[in-house]
Amino acid sequence: MTDSILFFFEVLVGGLLSGTMYSLVALGFVLIYKASSTFNFAQGAMVFFAVLSFCGFMEYGMPFGVAFFAVVLLMILVGLLTERLVLRPLMNQSEDTVLMATIGLGFVLEGLAQAKWGVEVRKLSLGIGDFPIPWIADNLKLFISALDLTAGLVAFVMILLLTLLFKYTKIGLGLRAVADDPGAASSIGIPLKHIMLLVWSAAGVVALVAGMMWGARAGVQFALIELALKALPVLIIGGFSSIPGAIIGGLLVGAVEKVLEVYIGPYFKGGIEAWAPYMLSILFLLYRPEGLFGEKIIRRV
Amino acid sequence: MKPVFMKYTKADIVNFVVLLVIGFLVIPNVITTDYWYTSILIPWLCLTLAALGQNIVMGYTGQLSLGAAGFMCAGAYACYNMMLRIQDMPFLGALVLSGLIAAGLGIIFGLPSLRIRGIYLMVATLASQFFIVWVIDKFGWFKNYDVSGSTTFQKININGVAFTSGHMMYLLVAAIVVVITLLAINMARGSTGRNWMAVRDMDIAAESMGVSLLKTKLQAFAINAFLCGIAGALYTYTYLKTVEPFAAFNISLSFKIMFMAIIGGLGTISGAFIGAAFILLFPVVLNAIGNNVFHGMIDATIISAIEQVVFGGLIITLMIFEPLGFAKLWETLKQKVIRKKS
Repeated sequence: MTDSILFFFEVLVGGLLSGTMYSLVALGFVLIYKASSTFNFAQGAMVFFAVLSFCGFMEYGMPFGVAFFAVVLLMILVGLLTERLVLRPLMNQSEDTVLMATIGLGFVLEGLAQAKWGVEVRKLSLGIGDFPIPWIADNLKLFISALDLTAGLVAFVMILLLTLLFKYTKIGLGLRAVADDPGAASSIGIPLKHIMLLVWSAAGVVALVAGMMWGARAGVQFALIELALKALPVLIIGGFSSIPGAIIGGLLVGAVEKVLEVYIGPYFKGGIEAWAPYMLSILFLLYRPEGLFGEKIIRRV
Repeated sequence: MKPVFMKYTKADIVNFVVLLVIGFLVIPNVITTDYWYTSILIPWLCLTLAALGQNIVMGYTGQLSLGAAGFMCAGAYACYNMMLRIQDMPFLGALVLSGLIAAGLGIIFGLPSLRIRGIYLMVATLASQFFIVWVIDKFGWFKNYDVSGSTTFQKININGVAFTSGHMMYLLVAAIVVVITLLAINMARGSTGRNWMAVRDMDIAAESMGVSLLKTKLQAFAINAFLCGIAGALYTYTYLKTVEPFAAFNISLSFKIMFMAIIGGLGTISGAFIGAAFILLFPVVLNAIGNNVFHGMIDATIISAIEQVVFGGLIITLMIFEPLGFAKLWETLKQKVIRKKS
């Protein structure tokens, strides 16, 4: 292979793998949307909140596993409070109202995290380096970061687990029923509250994992929120209600933005990454508003 | 009450005159410190304009949009370049033209609203935010090839009168805000406003009643962008003066303007004023409390974090209890007082 083709593949693979990080954030969105038809704008803030708390707990001297477990408990608490204080009072309100409330929720979480842990950039070390894996570099002549690869694997495992959960367990069936028609679901005895709590907790755990991956790469800092915003175009491309969609969307966004940045960016002094995902999502909206894997939206008067 | 003039009641007109007297006679005579003009009144009025635009598109027409800062940036730089490149360009003319340029961009970025709504539309409008600011930042022409990366805006001079003191700039901005608010009130009360609200409440039904979705939605986006464009130009010329696009017109400004519209009250004109005042003044008050009561013992980062928690919490609370925001609360309060009197 010639060098330029090799370089292209390197850029592409790098983009695809870093795209899985978007997928991880998007996954949290999909989870909540699938179970409650709520767009949770606060997912990005949850990522920030979770990983910042994780760093904070580590600074208190907790070992890795304990800190992880503590944050999981914390995220369950967040889910509990959100269900009780935000979602339940807003039941039967319009989608837009709930969406705006979750924007508010996002600000609350961001503020709380910063009030408790401060604003300085923290380094998070997972013991996985953000440098090319020597074996692949030697044998395939591709430079692929170990962190990217780990993020990809983690994303893959999570998708597998979540898909199994949704498709083959009783809880998953309940989740789907609630998403379809909360009223009917609760009338046949599906515990709505528990389902919501479960989903928000799961989204919290997903947020923590996503945050740890992002934090290991870019440092744990406020800028994570802007990165997490890119999960929105990912969702539009993949479809809001589809777990595989979140993954494919993330891959696509990651690859496109990286390729554009590397090949076209230099002509414009860079920065294309900042808007490319959004423009891509507009293109999708014009031709396929429901996304790649989303359910077609039918609205009736 | 019987309408007196153009379907406005006597009370409406009295209120309006009272506000005019306060704005143009009382405030300029009572307030003498420049700080109040340059740091509070001017940014408040500028951001009120943007919040008004946001309210028209979000509150009246029901289209979630999150790109106000992008349009503000476009308006600011359109004005800058016209003043710079066209000889003897009158400032007010440049202001209106930059509003129109922003409106054009608003129509382009509003196009997706014809097919999508809710969060989908929000993401599409986010594109305008990131793309417009990026274009202005990366193409040197817009910034007149300033190597520092920032732009210093010209001094305002209308017919030989220099608007440089806080006092003068306040009067200029206030006059513009009055004119635009009157236009907005009239639009919102007329058939235009009724079409907006019909689209908001149920667009399919509105369409089947003969309301053109294309026209109504794009009109709302255009007016939103027009107001944001003018607000952006005024904001830079009278308040920021030296601007770095990425820093001044970032996503958090868009969020702020969105919050102004929500907290003030969606679908109300007065809400824009109340919301902008609250969002601007609350941090000032909080900082003052931090400095005077706790004597700087509370870290500035904690204060800004508290600010975020309060804004977010307030939005959740309002969504649950009073989706029409502070403007509606104010109305209810007024009604109660009047009822008690009689």
